[in-house]
Amino acid sequence: MTTNPHTGFIAFVSDCARWALSGGTGFKIYLAALFSLMGAGAFAYSQQFQTGLIATGMSNIVSWGLYISNFTFFVGVAAAAVMLILPAYILKDKDLHKVVIIGEGVAVGALIMCLMFITADMGGPLKVWHMIPGIGLFNWPSSILTWDMIVLNGYLALNAIVPLYILYCNYHNRPPVDWKYRPFVFLSIFWAVSIHMVTAFLYEGLPARPFWNNPLLGPRFLASAFAAGPAVIMLVLIAIKQNTDHVVDTKIFSKLQRIIVVSAVINLVMLFSEVFKEFYAFTHHSLSAQYLFFGLDGHSSLVPWIWTAISLNILGTLLFAFAPSKWSPRYLMVAAISLFSGIWIEKGFGLIIPGFVPSPMGEVVDYVPSSVEILITLGVLATGAFVVTMLIRPALAIDKQYKKYQETVG
Amino acid sequence: MTVREKKEGPMKTEDILDTKSTRRDFMKSLSITAAAGSAGLVTGGCVGKGSTEEMGLKWEEYFKKNYRLMTQQEKDDTVTRLERLAKIQHDLDIQVSDQEPREQVLFGYAFNISRCKGYMDCVEACVQENNLDRNSKTQYIRIFELNPGQLDPTSGDGKYHHEVPVEDKFYMGVQCFHCENAPCIKACPTKATWREPDGIVVVDYDWCIGCRYCMAACPYWGRRFNWGQPEVPKEEINLKQHYLGNRLRMKGVMEKCTFCIQRTRQGKLPACADACPTGSRVFGNLLDPNSEIRFVLKNKKVFRFKEELGTDPKFWYFMD
Ligand code: SF4
Ligand code: SF4
Repeated sequence: MTTNPHTGFIAFVSDCARWALSGGTGFKIYLAALFSLMGAGAFAYSQQFQTGLIATGMSNIVSWGLYISNFTFFVGVAAAAVMLILPAYILKDKDLHKVVIIGEGVAVGALIMCLMFITADMGGPLKVWHMIPGIGLFNWPSSILTWDMIVLNGYLALNAIVPLYILYCNYHNRPPVDWKYRPFVFLSIFWAVSIHMVTAFLYEGLPARPFWNNPLLGPRFLASAFAAGPAVIMLVLIAIKQNTDHVVDTKIFSKLQRIIVVSAVINLVMLFSEVFKEFYAFTHHSLSAQYLFFGLDGHSSLVPWIWTAISLNILGTLLFAFAPSKWSPRYLMVAAISLFSGIWIEKGFGLIIPGFVPSPMGEVVDYVPSSVEILITLGVLATGAFVVTMLIRPALAIDKQYKKYQETVG
Repeated sequence: MTVREKKEGPMKTEDILDTKSTRRDFMKSLSITAAAGSAGLVTGGCVGKGSTEEMGLKWEEYFKKNYRLMTQQEKDDTVTRLERLAKIQHDLDIQVSDQEPREQVLFGYAFNISRCKGYMDCVEACVQENNLDRNSKTQYIRIFELNPGQLDPTSGDGKYHHEVPVEDKFYMGVQCFHCENAPCIKACPTKATWREPDGIVVVDYDWCIGCRYCMAACPYWGRRFNWGQPEVPKEEINLKQHYLGNRLRMKGVMEKCTFCIQRTRQGKLPACADACPTGSRVFGNLLDPNSEIRFVLKNKKVFRFKEELGTDPKFWYFMD
């Protein structure tokens, strides 16, 4: 089949759905696992919806928890797609161009997770329309949360529309028209940085919370995102390489590896700078850091987490930095997973919870997520994985078909 | 679920007959039922056997505007709906006020550290007056017990459970300080919280989406969130309510001290100042040169908590 008999949007959608959903037993098991997690999450959410956020482990002191932690982390993963978009489209890097679509797919999945986490965290999810400009009241430009909503939704649109257009063209066996999508690519590069900076400003802009009110927060967010995001993309690529007949060039892995090492090292440097500031000259404002790293007033629930995170961070960075020239996929997988989970803990839990402890009135409490909260979080994560899978499979199929067509024609 | 238990509204027979009598009315009742169905969905509870009227009211309540955008007519309408709903749902005869701020009034508060003995009568009065959730033991006011040599509640004990006064201790009360430059207001994405012309920082409970960004932004821990459905025993409910004040809250919304807006706008003292047996609490109009609060500000050495944050609270501490 060299030419595609189907044309038009309906054929495009139905073919994509077919490519997305058809697969072997292994794939079916994978889907079934995702669906059961999503189902469990939906069930847990229905409980939370009934009883209110009392079903979570949050309190008036630690008033944001697992949801907002994950939200913060996945904004970073979404932003990291820019590390592929920039070299692929602007520097015309041929290797990265081949996988840029995967980066974009991961970004869309991550953004959908972010929006779901925000919704799960809201006390009145049915009142979201109060935030929609026009019918609600949008406190822009005063509230950073409104900025965040704009940049997140804008970035989602950009990352959905550009690849959709390119794939749609390729599906019809024609190259995309440059001027039609390039401006959006430029925009999305600028936008990727902004989603992460604005999310950092959400915390950075609160003098009430000395732990967050720190100008290094934004840059550190970016550095850790540009390490963790490509690590996620690398995991997806390894999965593709292992499970499909799609060829992923080893050069791509080395390039990703280089990006990760640079960002991870910058991230660690900033982390040490922060630790120095907090502990060399200990002030009242360092109590949160003390709670995080060593515990405070007998409360130390975060201590094991943060040290695990730091060890994983360092381990992942070292593994990437000193990777042997002939690495195996398994080696990269271990490196990517340790870096990814290290940053996930550090930037999720490790960033959000200590912002609330001690409270502005000096009180120290521990926060432990409830099972409802954990189930909802797992459900959202499964949804994200599902979305990414559903986006990437048709994208790869179209890509393959288009290449075949080009070969027969050219 | 003592208070909020859903009860079937008193459906009048004539109403039912009436709605069934003509085709047009029948259609009308159909559309109301449809609306009611969705209202049941949007109001988020198991609706069960709520009456059509209740559903219709809830539907209208769901689509109402932010309080600040309402015309006087719309304010009066929502107040009427709320009163009717309380009657239908809980058989309560509440009076919800939408009284506006008075001209030339700016409220201020001063707290006498040397007099307070930590009896916490203010806390109790506040809980009663403002219909605070008994389940989670919500308090707007907190009293911190401090050792000599400290003047900062963050190093004090906010959970003491012993007989007071205690020798060699002193007490400091905190609550929302009604900041003039309030970080909580700036943070809110939906403008569900704002500062009224008389200086009271309020929350529109029906407009709040429960994101808790204001809570993270408040440097004084002045805000309380309804994690679950708040409950007040029916016989203890204060029926004299204000839309922006002590009316019964729902789960998932933010609340806070309102300087007892339902009392102070009528010229009364807040419940806490009224209840204090030691006279440590001074409340009044900052724009009135003869008020007691102005006397305190003029003649005592006063200070404010976390002044360096530039929030400009309308709450001062002083000593005799
Ligand atoms: S004390 Fe907190 S809640 Fe009260 S006005 Fe100031 S910032 Fe807002
Ligand atoms: S919790 Fe309510 S009042 Fe507070 S910021 Fe969110 S919407 Fe505004």
